[in-house]
Amino acid sequence: MKQFIAFVKKEVHHIWRDKRTMFILLGMPIVQIIIFGFALTNEVKNSKIAVLDYSRDDASTSLIREIGASRYFEIDRVLYNNNDIEKTFRGGEIRLVIVFPPHFNESLKHYNKAQVQLVADASDPNLANTLTYYAGAIIMDYQKRITQDRKLPYTIHTEMRMLYNPELKGAYSFVPGVMAMVLMLVCTMMTAITIVREKEMGTMEILLASPIQPVKIILAKAVPYLLLSMVNIASILLLSVFVLDVPINGSLFLLIGESILFTLTCLAFGLLISSSTDSQQTAIFISLVGMFLPTIMLSGFMFPIENMPLPLQIISNVVPAKWFYMIVKDVMIKGVGIGAVWKETLILAGMMLFLLVISIKKFKIRLA
Amino acid sequence: MSGEKVIMVDGLTKRFGAFTAVDAISFEVNKGEIFGFLGANGAGKTTAMRMLCGLSMPTSGKARVAGYDVYQENEKIKRNIGYMSQKFSLYEDLTVKENIRFYAGIYGKSDHFIKEKTAVILKQLFLEKEANKLVGSLPPGWKQKLAFSVAIFHEPQIVFLDEPTGGVDPVTRREFWKMIYEAAEAGITVFVTTHYMDEAEYCSRVCIMVDGRIDALDTPQALKKSFNTASMDDVFIKLARKAVRTGD
Repeated sequence: MKQFIAFVKKEVHHIWRDKRTMFILLGMPIVQIIIFGFALTNEVKNSKIAVLDYSRDDASTSLIREIGASRYFEIDRVLYNNNDIEKTFRGGEIRLVIVFPPHFNESLKHYNKAQVQLVADASDPNLANTLTYYAGAIIMDYQKRITQDRKLPYTIHTEMRMLYNPELKGAYSFVPGVMAMVLMLVCTMMTAITIVREKEMGTMEILLASPIQPVKIILAKAVPYLLLSMVNIASILLLSVFVLDVPINGSLFLLIGESILFTLTCLAFGLLISSSTDSQQTAIFISLVGMFLPTIMLSGFMFPIENMPLPLQIISNVVPAKWFYMIVKDVMIKGVGIGAVWKETLILAGMMLFLLVISIKKFKIRLA
Repeated sequence: MSGEKVIMVDGLTKRFGAFTAVDAISFEVNKGEIFGFLGANGAGKTTAMRMLCGLSMPTSGKARVAGYDVYQENEKIKRNIGYMSQKFSLYEDLTVKENIRFYAGIYGKSDHFIKEKTAVILKQLFLEKEANKLVGSLPPGWKQKLAFSVAIFHEPQIVFLDEPTGGVDPVTRREFWKMIYEAAEAGITVFVTTHYMDEAEYCSRVCIMVDGRIDALDTPQALKKSFNTASMDDVFIKLARKAVRTGD
């Protein structure tokens, strides 16, 4: 035990001395949450739009008022003819124009059928999609309501319901993603680097010639990074609850427990990398290509797995982050308990044990 | 010299595939001896030493270190030896004190022992003022001497030094050898590999390896006499000429 404590102390000194790396490790989750939460947001909030109203009647005016009153849009200006549309888009500030043809009220009331045109600046296709979708939803709402009031025979009803994310909040899906990414980076890469560094420096030889058991070396290396990861998990959760308003619907303990499980999986993977290479560069490269990229690409965080070709869907199953991402999404956002995520948990635990056993076996006690 | 044998090696062999790095070597080392292990690069010195330290598994042959078998009692051997490799082996981003504490700690020494001995060593090395400085900021000679002190901090029976004076200036080398003598006087057996022939003269006995075999083993004086040369350098050159292997 004394040996172990001496070793952990040494590791803490290493981390503490390298202040720059330490701040990067601790600051990274904060920066990522902020970037994803605010800068890369794909939700619509007070987007400036323009209207081109050829009718100027009751119906069009009230619909415009309704759109302007929603928290998604702000009517920035009123246009007077078609040529203005392109001019407005060139300005860059406005990305959606709502066009009402003449006699909007009349066609709506008499023929039960009216048209609205949504013209979007599709140079950013995602944003254009989102904007037209939101505007469409508001128009549908309006249509539904006036239809009910008047008891007219025709009702056009489009049901739109976003399960678990009614406001299409981007934060809901990226918080679990950022957690997976950060833990992966801290645990896998840093564990791999810290062990390989000892090999590169030649200190590993001295350690192996000393009476300390290799298992203790491995565990002592893992402990400080486990603690660092706990700090990161805490800062991600605090930021998401208090800054991004993403609630933790499920049990906090379950969430933390699952995070520790994933952290251990990452540590085991880092260990495996470190036992298969002797240079820090290779270790970094393997961690990035072998773990970081799959975490981003194949966990379902950036790109939905259901939309991938079948071979990639199959490959995604061996990415631990995929299971962790599913668990966190379920526990944190859907608020389910262990009963609903036990399968994923078991898979993750299996992966962790598998990686740990291989890497401890591969960790050479005698160097040759 | 008490005549007690701390290292007994009989027919020790290490093969890497078809290549025989160490070819059935046999020798004994007495307690308190400074045993020099000489040879050109690639002669098999380091491989032999690593088998004795438990870092490398022998292919065949027998060896006992500090009374323990290298195959069966690896753990016990490790408790009783100190090891200093060719590469500088302290942590540059840790202070002098932290390095000492760490290495003493993994040998399971008590806090009290560590504290007292640290003070003694810092005084010996004139490093008292530098105790809380990072090792990386010390001059190379001091680092090397500190590394040796750390290797024998836990008072092992035997200390293995693998080319300890590589890249060190002549003054430091002399000081370093003074430390080796002091350790030997304190009863620590010193097993040292080197390719500096002047250092061979300092050893109680030397053993010269050529192509994985031991070609000569005796006191420096006896070797010079039997090869009829003035210095160890000439002894070595006479033997090394026969080598077929080229250095690595």
